[in-house]
Amino acid sequence: MSASELDTLKAELLETIASASDLSGLEEVRVGALGKKGRVSALMQRLGSMPPEERKSYGQAVNAVKVAISEALEAKRATLARAATAAKLAGERVDVTLPVREGPLAEGRIHPVSQVTEELTEIFADMGFSIAEGPDIETDFNNFTALNIPPEHPARQDHDTFYFGEGADGDRPVLRTHTSPVQIRTMLAHKPPLRIIAPGRVYRCDSDQTHTPMFHQIEGLVIDEETHLGHLKWVLEEFCKAFFEVPEVKMRFRASHFPFTEPSMEVDIGYAKVGDEIRIGEGDQWLEILGCGMVHPNVLHAVDLDSKKYQGFAFGVGIDRLAMLKYGAPDLRAFFAGDLRWLKHYGFLPLSVPTLAGGLS
Amino acid sequence: MKFTLSWLKEHLDTDASVDEIADTLTLIGLEIEEVVDPAKALEDFRVAEVVSAEKHPDADKLQVLRVNTGKETLQVVCGAPNARAGMKGVFAPVGAYVPGIDFTLTKAKIRGVESSGMMVSERELELSDEHTGIIELPRTSRVGSSAAKALGLDDVVFDIAITPNRPDCLGVRGVARDLAAAGLGKLKKDTVKPIKGTFDNPVPIELEFDTETKDACPVFAGRLVRGVKNGPSPDWLQAQLRAIGLRPINALVDITNYISYDRARPLHVYDADKLSGAIRARLGKAGESFEALDGKSYKVDEEMCVIADDRAVLGLGGVMGGEETGCTEETTNVFIESAYFDPKRTTGTGRTLNIISDARFRFERGVDPQSVEPGLEQATAMVLDLCGGEASTVTVAGQAPKANAPFRFDIRRIERLSGLLLPERDIQRILKALGIKLEGGGHTRKAAPPSWRPDLSIPADLVEEVVRLAGVDRVPATPLPRLSGVAKPVLTPAQKKSRAVRRLLAGRGLVEAVTWSFIPKNEAMEFGGGQDDLSLDNPISTELSQMRPSLLPGLISAAKRNRDRGLADGALFELGNAYHGRSPDDQFASASGVRFGQSSLDGAGRHWSGAAPEAGWSAVKADAVAALEALGLNQSKVQITREAPDWFHPGRSGAIKLGPKVMLGVFGELHPDTLAALDADAPMAAFEVYLDNLPPSKAKGTARAALDASDLQAVTRDFAFLVDAETDAAVLVRAASSADRSLISSVNVFDEFTGRGVPEGKKSLAIEVVLQPRDKTLTDEEIDAVAEKVVAGVAKATGGMLR
Repeated sequence: MSASELDTLKAELLETIASASDLSGLEEVRVGALGKKGRVSALMQRLGSMPPEERKSYGQAVNAVKVAISEALEAKRATLARAATAAKLAGERVDVTLPVREGPLAEGRIHPVSQVTEELTEIFADMGFSIAEGPDIETDFNNFTALNIPPEHPARQDHDTFYFGEGADGDRPVLRTHTSPVQIRTMLAHKPPLRIIAPGRVYRCDSDQTHTPMFHQIEGLVIDEETHLGHLKWVLEEFCKAFFEVPEVKMRFRASHFPFTEPSMEVDIGYAKVGDEIRIGEGDQWLEILGCGMVHPNVLHAVDLDSKKYQGFAFGVGIDRLAMLKYGAPDLRAFFAGDLRWLKHYGFLPLSVPTLAGGLS
Repeated sequence: MKFTLSWLKEHLDTDASVDEIADTLTLIGLEIEEVVDPAKALEDFRVAEVVSAEKHPDADKLQVLRVNTGKETLQVVCGAPNARAGMKGVFAPVGAYVPGIDFTLTKAKIRGVESSGMMVSERELELSDEHTGIIELPRTSRVGSSAAKALGLDDVVFDIAITPNRPDCLGVRGVARDLAAAGLGKLKKDTVKPIKGTFDNPVPIELEFDTETKDACPVFAGRLVRGVKNGPSPDWLQAQLRAIGLRPINALVDITNYISYDRARPLHVYDADKLSGAIRARLGKAGESFEALDGKSYKVDEEMCVIADDRAVLGLGGVMGGEETGCTEETTNVFIESAYFDPKRTTGTGRTLNIISDARFRFERGVDPQSVEPGLEQATAMVLDLCGGEASTVTVAGQAPKANAPFRFDIRRIERLSGLLLPERDIQRILKALGIKLEGGGHTRKAAPPSWRPDLSIPADLVEEVVRLAGVDRVPATPLPRLSGVAKPVLTPAQKKSRAVRRLLAGRGLVEAVTWSFIPKNEAMEFGGGQDDLSLDNPISTELSQMRPSLLPGLISAAKRNRDRGLADGALFELGNAYHGRSPDDQFASASGVRFGQSSLDGAGRHWSGAAPEAGWSAVKADAVAALEALGLNQSKVQITREAPDWFHPGRSGAIKLGPKVMLGVFGELHPDTLAALDADAPMAAFEVYLDNLPPSKAKGTARAALDASDLQAVTRDFAFLVDAETDAAVLVRAASSADRSLISSVNVFDEFTGRGVPEGKKSLAIEVVLQPRDKTLTDEEIDAVAEKVVAGVAKATGGMLR
């Protein structure tokens, strides 16, 4: 075969390769050219019958054709493979705008009362308070008598207490009207120094727009030999700044009266109302948020503590009310209605855990 | 407690403004509820003089006035017939809001004549319906001064909340004393003086108690005033009473009401001509009753202190007088009662009969026992002044209780308890102003509280007085010392468990609810509760009457309400207490959840990728088990039994137990009868995890055990067994697992099948057994040997055969 014939063969084969439309067609071309009986292979086989002086140049020429064809085949194969994949993938097209399920972490919620309780815990834990708890069904002694509220005290009428029937022991248990009985339980069980907060459910026989027969309070108690009213003020100021996450809170301490504290104070915080929103730390209106005072000596006596030696403060604040103020939930009754629309709106995502380092809200 | 500024100034010499007084009252514990200042509404209105009045050129009934407002003389068009030159009236300038016509004045042209402002009628100021002419003020009124003042409408009314410890502030004089002690003026001298009787009191007073009950009324003073002329009380007295919301009745009754508010000293007046024989204070007798001043009849019992004459019960001591012997306009002889009634007994009587009165309110908080005679003298003086007549001598039966006993008071306690260091003279001044006598020198004095302060009996009480009146705002905020550099963890193990479970369940897509601790009794009974000793005596409604035995009724009801609102699918959970009984140990913490509609871990409701399955046992079992896992209790450590309570579907529910005794939780689809009883519909499935029943965590220290991960390839073998349909998979898995505890690392059920190819009454369970070699690769023989043990073990435990 002459050199020009070789060129013609090469051109013809390259042309066939170029026009192959799929991988199987290309394979046919490869077999026809480079297979055992292929045209290029046949040319190679002729090499043995050639005179040695021609063999070298002929061999080189045929080999060059072979290499060229092989390369062309490989290049074409790769092109066809890409096209085949592309065609396959094109067939697999889906509508990626279809919405996906958000998954449980986006669906679940933490109730505002739980979230705020954890926020309060963060704040007070940092100030060295531990968390105490007590039962909802309380004795008359723990709920009233030990807290310096004797049976005929007018304050008992103000408390709107839920009672149970008289028991075999003659006692008439109550649903605790405040978290203060936890003070009594704590002081009976542990010796000072004490720093506790006690969050929990409390109950009053009262129901209207702003009152529900069940709500949540958090009690604070410090008992040692030095803690005074000034410490109480500081703790409450620090607490309000941390809780409402504002650099300054305007606070007003007013003298007041509670049977279980002496002296007693009520505390107002300054706020501004902008539209429906309450902004703590701004404005010049006052909102009462809590009651507090120095633990009454009679309370200390009731738990066998020497009131000449020990003293300290107590405070109580409504958790639901704090949640309403901070997060703008307007209606207390909705807190306990189990309405999923409300819970999803005012609730918190499972992974938004309040920390002092990361911010409470 | 309401009072007017002028009334306060009867007792307090002060230049303080209304705002200062109001702010001070609030800060010292006499919290302002409301301050009504009628002058504020009339601020823009001034006294003006009509300089000239001429007929309007274009209108017969109008005049054109020139009005001197004190600042300028303005032209005003006026339609009032009484407008004339030289008169003084009330002028409303341009810009003033006139309430009676609900209009803010602008400069106007009336029939072509310019008019700047308005002379107003009483109706236009909403003072009365009078509209025949403009207001005429006395000639002496100063032009340009406040119209409110000229109209006598400048008396501000204060309404303050009185805490139960301050009976003394249920009288204006007590409030004035507190303000004086707070430095806002000087308490005026008391002007009440004894009045000598001109004849002997003819009405005997008897205290008929035994030694045990004589506290009911330890002292009773009275006297007769004869020849009085009763009738309406004078304007000033009626005005004061009206201003504080009391209705004037007649002079004699008004006097008692006035003194009740002036001195916190309730009194009673009887028409002496309607009395028979002696006035007797005694306990009531069964069967007695009387007609009270409120027009109602009350039955008296042996616990109540009554006032009676020889014939009948006249009234309830310290609570309410009787209709029959009350004073009317015809009364000419009046017997005045001033007594002291025991607070506890007064409270009891008031509560039993459900009577609320000014007298009860004061006596149950504690009236000044030493005010019995001064109160009587003050009333006598007022009766003589307003009604004339002649006073008898005073009869006092019994003895007034003493003030609280003096006690030792270390004045350093003020600083120790409050952190406020005050100069001694400030302390002295405050205590003196309150009527507290301090005797002796040095740190520890003898303190004697006055009779009107039953709330003062121990040193802490005096600390409160000093701090309150010096101002709690002066107490310096003092940092509470830190207990450790970095705060220590404070949660108890139980608290940590609650937190972990709460986040876990929310993380599984459940939404936390807080539902009532009390539920309807019938619902409690559906869940094994409803016992009488957990019923509230005084529930707010039957819907909230019974302590819950489980959190599920509340959650199911909440789920139902959501479905009723059109939310078909969802998941709720709650962490809270339920109650087996009254004692603290009978209260138990539960983490409970309800899934309803189409609800699972992956989501709820319909979706293009496949609808969520209907809330079923496996979704809630997964919730419960995941909660336990979050608490460190591996699924392999617990047993699932069929001991779920009756409110679950008997075939689709289970209990999670630790050993034979400890119940960790329950789960399952809810029984249709239970749902029906709660008016709810299937599908609903629920779980409860009993947090208190979890074993305490054994973890010690923070280091983990070394990782046990073999480099050798694990081998997996699948088996399918044909077992009785009743066979529990757990039994089969346990049998397979125990076939070779050292080699078998896990057994996983990957198929449960009934239907074609499986005989009736049987099911196919397919398990995947993973063998983890420890020291060398397993040979085929070794693997086959384990497989045989698995088959044999399963056959033994369940009777199951390899398929």
